[in-house]
Amino acid sequence: MAPNAAAGADTFPKLLIRNAHIYGARPAMRHKDLGIWQTWTWSEVLDIVRAYAVGLHRLGLKRGETIAIVGGNRPKLYWSVMAAQMLGAIPVPVYADAVADELAYVLAHAEVRFAAVEDQEQIDKILSVLARVPKLELMIYDEKRGLRDYDHSRLRSMDDVIEDGRKALADAAVAAWLDKEIAASKGADPSIILYTSGTTGTSKGVMLTNERSVRAATDTVTFDKLTENDVALAYLPLAWVGDHYLNYAQGMVSGFCTACPESPDTAMTDLREIGPSFYFAPPRTLEALLTRVMIRMEDAGFIKRKLFHYFVGVARRYGERILNGESVPLTGRLLYAIGNVLVYGPLKNVLGFSRVRVAYTAGEAVGPDLFSFYRSIGLNLKQLYGQTEAFLYVTAQPDGEIYADTVGPACPNVDIRISENGEVQFKSPGMFSGYFKDDAKTAEVMTPDGFVKTGDAGFFDEKTGHLKIIDRTKDVGKLNNGTMFPPKYIENKLKFFPNIREAVALGDKRDFVTVMLNIDLAAVGSWAERNNVVYGSYQELAGHPLVYEMLEKHVADVNRSLADDKVMAGAQIKRFLILHKELDPDDGEITRTLKVRRGFVAERYAPLIKALYDGSKEADISTEVTFEDGRKGMISARVKIRDMNGAAPAMGKAA
Amino acid sequence: MRATGGPDVGVGDVLLSVENVSLSFGGVKAVSDVSFDIRKGEIRAIIGPNGAGKTSMLNVINGFYHPQQGRITFKGQTRAKMRPHDAAYGGIARTFQNVALFRGMTALDNIMAGRTLKMHSNFFWQLLRYGPAMREEVDHRHRVEEIIDFLKIQEIRRVPVGRLPYGLQKRVELGRALAMEPELLLLDEPMAGMNIEEKEDMSRFVLDVNDYYGTTIALIEHDMGVVMDLSDRVVVLDHGIKIADGTPDEVKRNQAVIDAYLGVAH
Repeated sequence: MAPNAAAGADTFPKLLIRNAHIYGARPAMRHKDLGIWQTWTWSEVLDIVRAYAVGLHRLGLKRGETIAIVGGNRPKLYWSVMAAQMLGAIPVPVYADAVADELAYVLAHAEVRFAAVEDQEQIDKILSVLARVPKLELMIYDEKRGLRDYDHSRLRSMDDVIEDGRKALADAAVAAWLDKEIAASKGADPSIILYTSGTTGTSKGVMLTNERSVRAATDTVTFDKLTENDVALAYLPLAWVGDHYLNYAQGMVSGFCTACPESPDTAMTDLREIGPSFYFAPPRTLEALLTRVMIRMEDAGFIKRKLFHYFVGVARRYGERILNGESVPLTGRLLYAIGNVLVYGPLKNVLGFSRVRVAYTAGEAVGPDLFSFYRSIGLNLKQLYGQTEAFLYVTAQPDGEIYADTVGPACPNVDIRISENGEVQFKSPGMFSGYFKDDAKTAEVMTPDGFVKTGDAGFFDEKTGHLKIIDRTKDVGKLNNGTMFPPKYIENKLKFFPNIREAVALGDKRDFVTVMLNIDLAAVGSWAERNNVVYGSYQELAGHPLVYEMLEKHVADVNRSLADDKVMAGAQIKRFLILHKELDPDDGEITRTLKVRRGFVAERYAPLIKALYDGSKEADISTEVTFEDGRKGMISARVKIRDMNGAAPAMGKAA
Repeated sequence: MRATGGPDVGVGDVLLSVENVSLSFGGVKAVSDVSFDIRKGEIRAIIGPNGAGKTSMLNVINGFYHPQQGRITFKGQTRAKMRPHDAAYGGIARTFQNVALFRGMTALDNIMAGRTLKMHSNFFWQLLRYGPAMREEVDHRHRVEEIIDFLKIQEIRRVPVGRLPYGLQKRVELGRALAMEPELLLLDEPMAGMNIEEKEDMSRFVLDVNDYYGTTIALIEHDMGVVMDLSDRVVVLDHGIKIADGTPDEVKRNQAVIDAYLGVAH
């Protein structure tokens, strides 16, 4: 594809028309339905979206109005986005698993009159908060199941809307009117409002414009040489900037095919069947995949296990260097080739990575071992850094310049600088035009000279010139003795152990560092099974003395590695505990994108934190939990606390 | 309570009626002189304390047990006893109190097994899996995929059911029963041993089956909340005797029912 193939098309509808012209017969979208992959070509998608847009217009959707998109990754919801944009209306995607409260906030704040929803579940959720969204008039649903007995004055089936539009389009005047509408949209018009997941307080509506989105996507499509022959699997939340950028915007710009999984739970299988060539996974997903592989390998036969571990060792030694194009001894290449046939190839096939040409991870720091593991088996995994306000990318690692602890140099056309207090600030082609209905907040994050403050602390690495992110600026703290305390850094070291799913480090303005841990039920459960540890519940397993012993070893390992680093030696973990429940987005403890909400956790687990610092050996806690349907319950537990002996600075390890 | 607009209580034609049915094993009377009917399109619950004869009643309906006395009328045809194959061909499907699936087979194959009665191509073609047999299989597979989609179990399509958690096994079992495209679906404690979330899911599926496929459902259940929410009419058995019959509200207020459940001072 020519680098500036998007030139001339400054809005998504115009890109859609262009794609239908150039790539008309190529697949634009796939979706597995009733066990069979269905395909729509670009020209088919254009036809449907045109009809849908007219149908929406006939229902009363007007230019500049908002329409909520609520549900999972389904073609019809992507088409809802396209159809709304075609009319100059602004789609507002909402997380499908948002609880009713969050949903009500976004729908009310965005002042939507219409909502395109996936199914009955979403409709029920919206109906339950209807009083708080007075402006909502109509819900347009994809899946009709279970809706027969509903009051249909507020409901329309998507198929009917599209069909209605199709009939109207038969009239040449209507078709001409639609063409005029499409031409009337300008690049500077907002194309979408993405609500942030709200790591810090309530979510804000990030407004992005057509032109900027297209320009940003064009830059990265060129950077990674994406073409109409690429395939991506859209399995991350539709309302997340990552999905909108990586799949929707890049797909529109490059013309690649976006595949939608059959259901959220089948993503793994679908990944394998589709064999995407462009892949994005947050570190957490990569971690979960690796944990699963490792668990299955532990259960494998002796020979297979030996073979696996031997060749993983080979890959660790040579794999990354081969991928980076460095020189590798002949024996290394030979061994790696054998390993590729016996282990890496089949493993990548099982994971669905066989055809992946470019893979990215972002969202939080990735464990260096985890990162190198995937790279060593030949997956071209890279890191990027960005945020919703930037329309995702501001940095990305170019092929061949990959380091586990950096996020790469600034993307083409992006300016990045580090402010005096160490904060990363950027100015990018895709940056947002403001928060929806919140000028005060917008002013807060913008510098007078037009840079956006990210709130992340970082610095440019002198050796590589890449940006390194340490932590959120406001999270980097100091112990009472003045030692630097970046909680994320410590937590990430802990989380690299498959047994630890989540960690919360405490220490700012305190005498020493303590952590609260979440066990990983899959990993620890499998360990328990192999070691005849009997447990009845998550809570019981988490409090098991043997589990404590195991995690104590992990914490000791982390302490040793902290001790190796002079600046961090003082930030060793002195005490730890294992939480009786998993941190859960439904309880507001972590965000929908699974980042820990520190302030909230600190408040909620105050009795435990107090005990961590007053020397108690155990503490009682009772917490409220929210079930998926919004009901609440209480769980209480007595949580034990372990003391750690600090590791000596690495004196004996001089070898 | 049921959503409005569903099948109206007791308005449909009688699909099945049992009259004066008695069943005993040796000297033990399991069911004595019980009569009730099930109307088309309704959800009919059979409740009662342990050992009340509920499962026996279900087994009488689908012909697994043969009552010593009484008559069963199904779709206008009166019999002294039902036979299992008559029941199956006539459109009665059931699930079991303890899951009865082929544990080594995948969820898909288990549900496919439910289509057995609907297969018509002969043994020869079946053996070759070619021609009419292949066309038929594709057609059946399509129906089964619809059920998989309906029950939202796509992710376990290829998983042997023995490896599935209990709640999902129950769902697969429901799927197999649905594959028979039954007119009358007998559910024997579909929510037994489930947690709240699984129960809610299952209740939703039972309602959806009734709503979407128009299937008449007779269910045995212990969870009173579930019964009162789901069913149009409830029949209550105690020690093999019918002690009440009516809408959930009527049954809830019935003194005999309250006594049977809570016990009375002797």
